[in-house]
Amino acid sequence: MLTKKVKKRFSFLTIFLTLTVLGVFLIFKTLDRNLLYFKSPTDVKADQNISYNKKLRIGGMVKKNSLIIDSEEIKFVITDYKNEIFVSFKGTVPNLFLEGKGVVAEGILKDKGFFIADRILAKHDENYMPPELKDIIKDVK
Amino acid sequence: MLSNIGNSILFLNLSLSLLIIYFAFQELKKNQNFINKKIYYISLTQSTLIIVCFFTLIAGFLTSDFSISAVYQNSHSLKPILYKVSGTWGNHEGSLLLWVIILTVFSFLFLVTNKKHLKKYRVYTLITQNVLIIGFLFFILFNSNPFDVIIPTPKEGLGLNPILQDPALAIHPPLLYLGFVGSSIYFSAAIASLLTNYSNSNFAVSIKNWVLISWSFQTVGILTGSIWAYYELGWGGFWFWDPVENASLLPWFAMTALIHSLIVLEKRRQLYFWVIILCLLTFSLSVLGTFLVRSGILNSVHTFANDPSRGIYILIFLSLMILGSVSILFKKFKSNNYNLNYNSKENFILVNNWFMIFYLFTVFIGTIYPIFTEVFYSNKISVGPPFYNTVIIPFVILFLFLMAIGPKVKWIKDNFYNLKINFIILFGAVFINFFIFFFFKSYSLLSNLILISSIFLIISTTRDSINLLKNKEFNLSRIMAHFSFGLLILFIGLNYNFSSEKDFNLKVGEVKKFEDFSIKFQDLNLKELKNYKAVIGTFEIDDYKDNAKLFLSPQIRIYENPNTLTYEASIRSGLLKDFYITMSNIDRSEYYNIKFQKKPFMIWIWISVILISLSGFLRFFKYENKNY
Repeated sequence: MLTKKVKKRFSFLTIFLTLTVLGVFLIFKTLDRNLLYFKSPTDVKADQNISYNKKLRIGGMVKKNSLIIDSEEIKFVITDYKNEIFVSFKGTVPNLFLEGKGVVAEGILKDKGFFIADRILAKHDENYMPPELKDIIKDVK
Repeated sequence: MLSNIGNSILFLNLSLSLLIIYFAFQELKKNQNFINKKIYYISLTQSTLIIVCFFTLIAGFLTSDFSISAVYQNSHSLKPILYKVSGTWGNHEGSLLLWVIILTVFSFLFLVTNKKHLKKYRVYTLITQNVLIIGFLFFILFNSNPFDVIIPTPKEGLGLNPILQDPALAIHPPLLYLGFVGSSIYFSAAIASLLTNYSNSNFAVSIKNWVLISWSFQTVGILTGSIWAYYELGWGGFWFWDPVENASLLPWFAMTALIHSLIVLEKRRQLYFWVIILCLLTFSLSVLGTFLVRSGILNSVHTFANDPSRGIYILIFLSLMILGSVSILFKKFKSNNYNLNYNSKENFILVNNWFMIFYLFTVFIGTIYPIFTEVFYSNKISVGPPFYNTVIIPFVILFLFLMAIGPKVKWIKDNFYNLKINFIILFGAVFINFFIFFFFKSYSLLSNLILISSIFLIISTTRDSINLLKNKEFNLSRIMAHFSFGLLILFIGLNYNFSSEKDFNLKVGEVKKFEDFSIKFQDLNLKELKNYKAVIGTFEIDDYKDNAKLFLSPQIRIYENPNTLTYEASIRSGLLKDFYITMSNIDRSEYYNIKFQKKPFMIWIWISVILISLSGFLRFFKYENKNY
């Protein structure tokens, strides 16, 4: 025969555990859906099962003489000196967005050579580089 | 010269800390009830010296003494005086000095203000706090010394990053640090309480003010950072779920949980170990935040050049701290019989804590997960804002309802007698929401629920304040905090749903028309200022709906020391809405990229947060008056 106290504690524990499990499940499920993978143009080319409706980040250098501007959008090419991706972007370009400089674009891949960006990531100063970009440059050199 | 003074003081303080620990252990052997005056004097000397040390560094910045490395790297002789001074704590080394000041001064103030409490408990708090001080002094002296000398003395400094040359950011670090580092004192007190079994409600009373103070400062600190991001980063948002922002939010969640559970410990003598865990957690999260920001391990918009050795030192320090405190906790842990009724104030407060821990865990996972995948799978990822929004927002709705009902529930056990009035308030909230929904603009189901729950909280707390005015026991700060939190969520919800934004590229003379607006790029001027050049654009904005015309002039600033471009947003703030414009040149062509935004109720978001933090300060003064 369970006492009232034990019963109460048991139900409390059950509620607590259920809620914790549900919470953790929810967090990881949503996390999985909202991860942004960072890829270089070469990664994109090599990846066989890359998804075309999930957001990702593409990093590399803005190719020299590739920038086209009109009143609606900005188009340019991201290169890692091995492969290239054509990028179309509507919106504000961050500090020091220049041809020949590093860039990280966030958006959706249309096909392996065409990327629609909805955000170009900000950089603080000329010496600062996102940690991801550093590795790419290192690989090339 | 100045660097010699600074270095000597740092070494002197290190030995003073050791001296305090030595005398403190001596003190434990004695039987008298008071602490030897000697310890007070040493602690006072230590606090005075560290402040002098800080002013030495400020003097170095003011006189542009470039033989000091921190000055050379972060200042320039042409910089305005305000930013010379704020440059002192705007860099890693100087900010660590600020960190140690707060550790030291809080240690002294805690010693002085808690004379009524158990002597052993006070002595152990002092010892733990001084161990922390020694840890950080070591870090400063052997890794990040602001007083390092450069030989030969450089002629000119490298300058402070221009986006840090800003009034909001000048006061942001000290405010945030008072919160962050302020939490160290109840970390130490929690350790002392475990060691001395000083676990009754007196313990709660002794740390309550410190929790309130650090919480209030943390709140304003986060606010100033957020305001700065709003106008300086040029995206028009005020919260980006950036790792560095998250780092300041994590301890805030822990502190908020602590404030609430402390009430239970004080009034009902329950939840002791939970309170201890929260005390330990808060400061650990603060140190973790420092690690995340200073190690540069995360890709954040706020990261600057970093040095990995700093990260390793903080990580080792953090690990030792957690290991030490957890082992003491396990040694002393006794399972207590918590017997809570479901419908009691204690239980509602516990539910608040569950929510806080849930938010904390969510933000923690989102912030840490990228490091995890990088190390174990070498996958480079980042977690976007949708993650936080999807997980957190639905729970905020439930949380707001509980926040409205919880405080009115009685201690120990209550009946459900005020169901009727809650239904009336709910009906009112639903009505107001649908009024906005039908007459202004429709929005998603989730936004409807957010608005309903926040209006419910606002009406409920307003009603409480009217009811309680008649009573003598009028807990203004509780009502104010809950009321302004409701306001905050309401205005964030309205701001999110009624904002409009447009990006386009323009040449001088061109006009862009959209929705109810027409924007004309009138002209472009170049202006030379003291330490930068500015390209200033003038835009004429016609608002057909309100029949209003206004001019905004965003700038592009070109700094030479260091060589940097910044974009200054031009903002017209109003009671109802902000107009916000930024412009940036596209790769030196004649086209400028223009971002125009209409952001309703921005000012009310700031005001709500100020009210929240004021309610914390208010509570503090109330306790002061009662002479606790």
